[in-house]
Parts: sequence; C-alpha cells; structure tokens
Amino acid sequence: MADTTVSLAVRSAPPAPSQAPPGGPRGGRVAAWIRRGGLSTLVIALPMLLCFGLFSWFPIARAVVMSFQFTNLVTAPEFVGLENFTYVLSDPLLPVAVRNTFYFAVLALLFGYPIPLLAAVAMSEVRRARGLFAALAYLPVVVPPVVAVLLWKTFYSGADTGVFNTIAGWFGAGPFPWLQHPDWAMPSLVLEATWAAAGGTVIIYLAALTSVPPELYDAAEVDGAGIWRKIWHVTLPQLRPVLFITLILQIIGTSQVFTEPYLFTGGGPANSTTTILLMIYNYAFGGRGDYGAATALSLMLAVVLAILSAIYFRTTRRWSTT
Amino acid sequence: MSGPTTGRATGQMIDRGIVSDADLRRPGVRRGVRAVHAGLLVALVVVGLGPILWLAKAAITPTQDTLRAPIEVFPNGTDWANLAVAWTRFDIDLHFFNTLWLALGSWAVQLLIAVTGGYVLSVLRPVYARVLSALVLSTLFVPAVVLLVPLYLTVLDVPVANVSLINTFWAVWLPAGANAFNVLLVARFFDGLPREVFEAAKVDGAGPFRLGWSIVLPMSRPIIGVVSVFAFITAWKDFLWPLLVLRDPAVQPLSVRLPALQDYVELDVLLAALAISTVIPIAIFLVFQRLFLSGAGLSGAVKG
Repeated sequence: MADTTVSLAVRSAPPAPSQAPPGGPRGGRVAAWIRRGGLSTLVIALPMLLCFGLFSWFPIARAVVMSFQFTNLVTAPEFVGLENFTYVLSDPLLPVAVRNTFYFAVLALLFGYPIPLLAAVAMSEVRRARGLFAALAYLPVVVPPVVAVLLWKTFYSGADTGVFNTIAGWFGAGPFPWLQHPDWAMPSLVLEATWAAAGGTVIIYLAALTSVPPELYDAAEVDGAGIWRKIWHVTLPQLRPVLFITLILQIIGTSQVFTEPYLFTGGGPANSTTTILLMIYNYAFGGRGDYGAATALSLMLAVVLAILSAIYFRTTRRWSTT
Repeated sequence: MSGPTTGRATGQMIDRGIVSDADLRRPGVRRGVRAVHAGLLVALVVVGLGPILWLAKAAITPTQDTLRAPIEVFPNGTDWANLAVAWTRFDIDLHFFNTLWLALGSWAVQLLIAVTGGYVLSVLRPVYARVLSALVLSTLFVPAVVLLVPLYLTVLDVPVANVSLINTFWAVWLPAGANAFNVLLVARFFDGLPREVFEAAKVDGAGPFRLGWSIVLPMSRPIIGVVSVFAFITAWKDFLWPLLVLRDPAVQPLSVRLPALQDYVELDVLLAALAISTVIPIAIFLVFQRLFLSGAGLSGAVKG
C-alpha cells in the first residue's frame, strides 16, 4: 500500500535539445554521436532500461497477454479468448469479494478520513512541541504491517481477558467476538488498518495546513470571523485539493488490501473478509495455479484503479499550476 | 522550485494559524485550545505509543500473565528469556539478518536506478528522453496488483537470462529497482539544480560520466537521503512479494516468517519476536524523524 499512497505531481518530460546530427557518412554520424556522449548516456541509462524492461514493462505487457491465455505452468499456455474473464465474472465468490472490498473501503473512509483531518487541524494550532505530536501520530506507520496485524490479533482475542475485551469490560461491555463473527470481522480489520495508516494522512494534512496563506486568516478576522467560521470558510476550502487527493489515494490503497484479511482471518469467517486481492492470490497461489484467471481479475481491478489515478494526476497537475 | 527538500517541516513555527493572538487573549478561547491540545496529546500517547509500549512490555512477560491480565504491568515479574529464546531457538537471528540483507540490497538497487535514471531523464536528456520518461511515468498508473502474477512468472524464469530467481534475494532486490516514483522524484530534484553549472562543466570537456560523478552526485545528497530512508523502510515492511518468491524458510525475512511462527511458538516468544522486528524501523524513524515528518516523500502529493 505504501507505494501507491505516495506519489507526486509529474511534469511533462523536458524537451530534448534539438541537436540535428551532422550530415555525412553513416560511420561519421555514429562517431560524432559517441563523441557527444551518446554512448555514455546510453550506458548510464542501461540499469534503468534493463530493470524497468524486465520487471515492469515486460510483466505489464505479459499481464494483458496472459489474461487471454490458459496458463498453469504445466502445459504450454494456450489462447482461450475471453474465457478467463467469463470464468472470473461467473465465480460466485466475485460479488462477495467486490462487496467486501467496497465495504472495507467505505469503512476505511468513515474511520480514516475525518479523524486525521480533525487531529491535523488541532495539531496545526500547537505552538510548542508540534514535532512531538506529529511523531506520536506517525509512529504506527513505521511499525511493519505484519507485526501490526499479529499484535492486533492478540488485542482482538475473543477471550474475556483479551486486551480489548478487558478494556471493554471496564465500561461494562463485551466480551466481543472481534474476529470470530462475520459482522465484526471487517470493522475490526479496518480499525487496525486505520491505526496503521492514519499517521501518514495526518502528515499530508499538516503540510497542507502550514501552507495556508496567513493573510487569509487576517482578512477573515477583519470581516469579524470567529474561530469556527475561520475553519469553515478559510481552512477547509484551502484544504479541498488535498482532501480530494487523500480520498483518491485511500480508495486506491484500500481496494488493494491484502495483508489484513490474509493474516487476520484468511478471508473468513464465512467469506466475510474475502477481498478482491485475496481472490487473486487464491486463484494463482492458493493451490489452483490458475494464473490466467488471476491476471484477468487483476486487469479488471486495474482498469478501475487506473481511472482513479488518472483523476488523481489531473488534479495534482492542475493544482500545481494554480 | 518546489522539490522535496523545500517542503516546510511540520515542526517549524508558522507565522500564524487559525487561532490568532487576539483570540488567545480571551480566557475562554485559551482554555478551550489548551483542553483540545491536552486531550489530543493524551489520545495520541494512548493510540500511537500505547500498542508499541504494550508490545515492549509483553515481550518480557510470561505468557500466562499476558493471557490472564493483559493490561497489568508485570504482575509476576519479567521474563527476559523470551527474547533470547526467540533469537536463538526460533532462528529470529537468521530472519533478522535476512531482512537486513533484503533491505540493504533493495536500497542499493533502488538508489542506483533512481540516480542514474533521474540523471539521464533530467540532466543528460538524450533525444529518446521524452519517450523514456513517458514509459517510466506510465508505470505509475499501473497498480501493483497487476504485476503480481506476471512478475512472479518473470522471476520464475527471467527472460534472456533463463534463470529462476525464486528463493534468492535477487528476486526481491531487482524488481525493487523498477520504482518509477523514485526515478521521477530524483529527476524532479535534478530539474531544480542550476543548469549553467552543467553547461560550464560540459564546455570544460566533462563527459556524462565525469559530469555525473563530480558535479551532479555531490549536489544530490538531500534527495539521496530521502530515497534511501524510504527505500530501506519500505523493504523492511514488505510482505506479499517476499511471501511469493521466498518459499524456503532459510531465506525468509521476518515479515514472512512471523505469521508461520504463530502456529507453533508460545505467545510470549512470538511477542518477543514481534518486538525484535520493530526495533530497527522505529530506530530509523527516531533518527530521521525530520525527514519523515516533513513529508519529504509526500511533498509532491501535497504541493506540486
């Protein structure tokens, strides 16, 4: 998830200097190209070309081809048309997985969208030791996801002496079946995922909050605005672009959730936490070795996500020019 | 330029925020602000630090105490042996060093590709730079999930070389290099460097290698720091990819090995192993705090 949550507004490539190759015989041109550093440039570009070629461009192209093939690594791959797609689309588990992924994303928005915003707005007003506040908020983000999940699995123990059930007991509630009941499992997963990710969002908001021009607050005060009206009429409108970006990033991230359902529940109980990525994993690596179906499903998910990231890039670019 | 190094650190004082000095002179407002901040601090300590402190405590507490009274602090004393048992008897030492090697190798490969790639795209700008840049950029739009299966099959039988990288560290190191985000981050940083210096060096007869080594590289220390820290920590946290390509326990990092351990290791030893796995990332975070909190790796998303 980390890779997709971090991104940047990209400028278009700088125009290449228009050095027309000097005329003359072919050998002379190559010699001139080498003399101008063309060969050295190519050598320097080689690591990137090889690495991206083998481990990015080739697999992406291969994904498209594979989605139309039956591949199990035992027999030679054969083209089967749209069979992988129809197979995946008619899998009775697919609507369940789509619904679960959607549910995860919505819950993650409910938990993870307003809280970091409120925390960041309050934090931006701290005049001393703001670094301490930010560090505390960010700390869970550096905990390795596997450690976080296994730790929370202990917290979620269904016994009445489990960590969370003990705390719930102080308030006369529980014990709750955190991971054991189909209705409880998904919110429990999202709670842990929010804990693990919210700090990153807080930092994004804090950076955006420090770049709100102070003159706007001065102007609002001249017009007699109090604290709440300043938040509502100055702060939030100024944060609108970054709010939109974190929204899209969060949807892209949560729709690829894997570690939490895989380690917490393995998709259970009763498939209540089976997500799309878990389905992809199970097609390919869950003993069936159905790589064609797995890639077909990945591609379908990717198209949806690509549309979202295109919106994201358009927004960041437009924002950077204003 | 608005490169990653110029992002304002969050710890830095700003001229003013939502609450003005005049607001603060009103006692009601001052009390309210103080109460909000105190509440926020308590919440952050409980939520952010609490689970990590609990893990540290549970790592040296006997299983029975953790099961029966999880919130109490050492009701029947400590059990430091958990750490030693995890480290030696359950091979956490092996997996710890595997993780370290995986992270260091991924870091080295990512840095090599990001710096050379950024240098070619931003400074050298050959005629094909436009196409190359578009190809690198386009991979940002492809979510990681698409690569999962085809990349696995590629690593299983690398084209041209015809070798399998499965159960070798190369299976993690090499694909880590194909990170478009790093390349573009470095390229953007180089875009902000003064071009006249490069032109002057070229006039003095410096070729691409010399220009890169003696002029550009010494100027790129800030961005190398950013890429390094994030590359290392990302590699340390990685789970799904190493799970797929490192099937042999002898080469597995902590993240892959820990879930397997939970089935046959006692709870206190497992928690000790979890604590050991967290030490390095937290140490790195504490040392490079400013880098993380300035949103260096995120600044592009915030302000283009």
